[in-house]
Amino acid sequence: MEVLMAFVIGGLYAAGIYLLLRRSLVSVILGLSVLGNAANLLIFTAGGLTRGVPPVIPAEATAMSGPFADPLPQALILTAIVIGFGVLAFTAVLVHRVHQNIETDDLDALKNTDRLD
Amino acid sequence: MSNLIILPLMIPLFTAIAGLFAWRSLRLQRWISFVGSAGLLVVTVAILVTVSGGEILVLQASNWPAPFGITLVVDIFSGFMLVLGALIGLATNVYSFKTVGPGREAFGYYPLCQIQLMGVSGAFLTGDIFNLYVWFEVLLIASFVLMALGGEVPQLEGALKYVTLNLLSSAVFLVAVGILYAVTGSLNMAALAGAVPNIQPVGLANTLATLFLVAFGIKAAIFPLFFWLPSSYHTPPAAVSALFAGLLTKVGVYALIRVFTLIFTQDIGFTHGLIVAVAGLTMLTGVLGAVAQNDFRKILSFHIISQIGYMIMGLGLYTPLALAGSVFYIIHHIIVKTNLFLVAGVVNQLRGTYHLKKLGGMYQYPLLAVLFLIPAFSLAGVPPLSGFFAKLALVQSGLATGDYAIVAVALVVSLLTMFSMTKIWGEVFWKPLPVPEQEGEGPGLTADEAVRIMLIPVSILAAITVALGLGAETIFALAVRAAEQLLDPTAYINAVLRQ
Repeated sequence: MEVLMAFVIGGLYAAGIYLLLRRSLVSVILGLSVLGNAANLLIFTAGGLTRGVPPVIPAEATAMSGPFADPLPQALILTAIVIGFGVLAFTAVLVHRVHQNIETDDLDALKNTDRLD
Repeated sequence: MSNLIILPLMIPLFTAIAGLFAWRSLRLQRWISFVGSAGLLVVTVAILVTVSGGEILVLQASNWPAPFGITLVVDIFSGFMLVLGALIGLATNVYSFKTVGPGREAFGYYPLCQIQLMGVSGAFLTGDIFNLYVWFEVLLIASFVLMALGGEVPQLEGALKYVTLNLLSSAVFLVAVGILYAVTGSLNMAALAGAVPNIQPVGLANTLATLFLVAFGIKAAIFPLFFWLPSSYHTPPAAVSALFAGLLTKVGVYALIRVFTLIFTQDIGFTHGLIVAVAGLTMLTGVLGAVAQNDFRKILSFHIISQIGYMIMGLGLYTPLALAGSVFYIIHHIIVKTNLFLVAGVVNQLRGTYHLKKLGGMYQYPLLAVLFLIPAFSLAGVPPLSGFFAKLALVQSGLATGDYAIVAVALVVSLLTMFSMTKIWGEVFWKPLPVPEQEGEGPGLTADEAVRIMLIPVSILAAITVALGLGAETIFALAVRAAEQLLDPTAYINAVLRQ
């Protein structure tokens, strides 16, 4: 399962980077979103995909025994998803404003702040 | 346990909230923000005085014991960074009063600045690597909005580049944190310091170290990851670019120094060797990039990159003197660079442009000319100003370890920095004012009262630069202690894990 996930995540990274390198403004948003999801999936997989019991300590014990699902990577991903969502919403609005002002979808038209004058 | 160190987070947060309640009254917002920033400066100075004796302040959030909860830690290095963050926050705050304009101020400019300061303080305080990611996002989202606020076309264009590359860096950072947790089972930096040297094979630890180098390297604008900086920093109002120039890249440098002294010391030859090589290239590309520019703030932006090279050069050399040099360099650089951007803003206020070809004749304002020369000479490293002592320490330690190549680069870059500063001096201050073209940009928004208020923070920062140079002994002694704490993190680890 981990091997399959490794290929899925690799594919997502490739797709995200490809989208970021395209000349279209919209694909910048898509690329960032795919890249963020790839990162989240990688953390999830790196935490281990073994099936186990929920991390609840039984009443008669003081510690977990046997394999259990580590809740921390999920908690990290949850935080990352929330942050990613907020930031992506901002990016979408920013791209919209850029498009309104420059009236093109072509990133090559956005060279003005790098120009020597 | 010390509750004092939660205050650098609480003060900006509550100032921002109070500012939001005063949404309709700009006057009130300005004063709330000023009082909040001043309070932050007082508290951070108190923290620095407390830690300067060598004690390490630790706060376990909600009293969860160390490897499990979120830990806030302050050692001397963090203490310095907190004070500098508050100082720059206050200076740009006062500067904003007359320069940012009601159009931006009415849309939450002051609360955003406070959130930005909270994010910066959080990054300096935290002892948990995932928490560091969260603080990075807090300061990033505030900076994204500040960068785009006002909605001028160059601003939007710069913001798009800034946002995209910084989000890419966040994704890399997140992945590195995830894998680090999978390998070691901990996120607490002090616990990681014990766990990372045991990672087998060592190549895995090196890979992780490189991922962190890339993630923080984009934020710190090191070679070859700096391209977002010169294409965005010259677009927002002067106060905002001064705030960014002083603080944001230095948060990246802080994170690099923290991570590469506390956690990733498993293979110094590889990681720190790489950092030295990158440092040399960063210095050179930054300073050479500046030569071609003709925009006041763009030249300064490229110099930020070049100066970042010096800061991580000390980290790469990894001796007590070199790290002390790095710490001192950061202190010196934050003050000087913010000041130069503020001076650029004053020139723009008086003449209405940042373009060197259209500027000239500023020698009519002798006070302003002196206030430019102090930080400019300090940046280039002319004694007895602060930059000289920072460079001296780095060059000495480079000679001591036998890294002659990096020393040569550092000295050449220093000379080229001088060239850039004399170029600005010649074009802006010394040459006669060019005859304005027919349509002309017209005079700037000259208002004597505005300029007078703008010159207050500029003068104070210039005075601090001179004081740092003349009183280098005291501060440098403290920087040496900070470096000793960084190089031998036992005290830090014991304070956090309470062993």
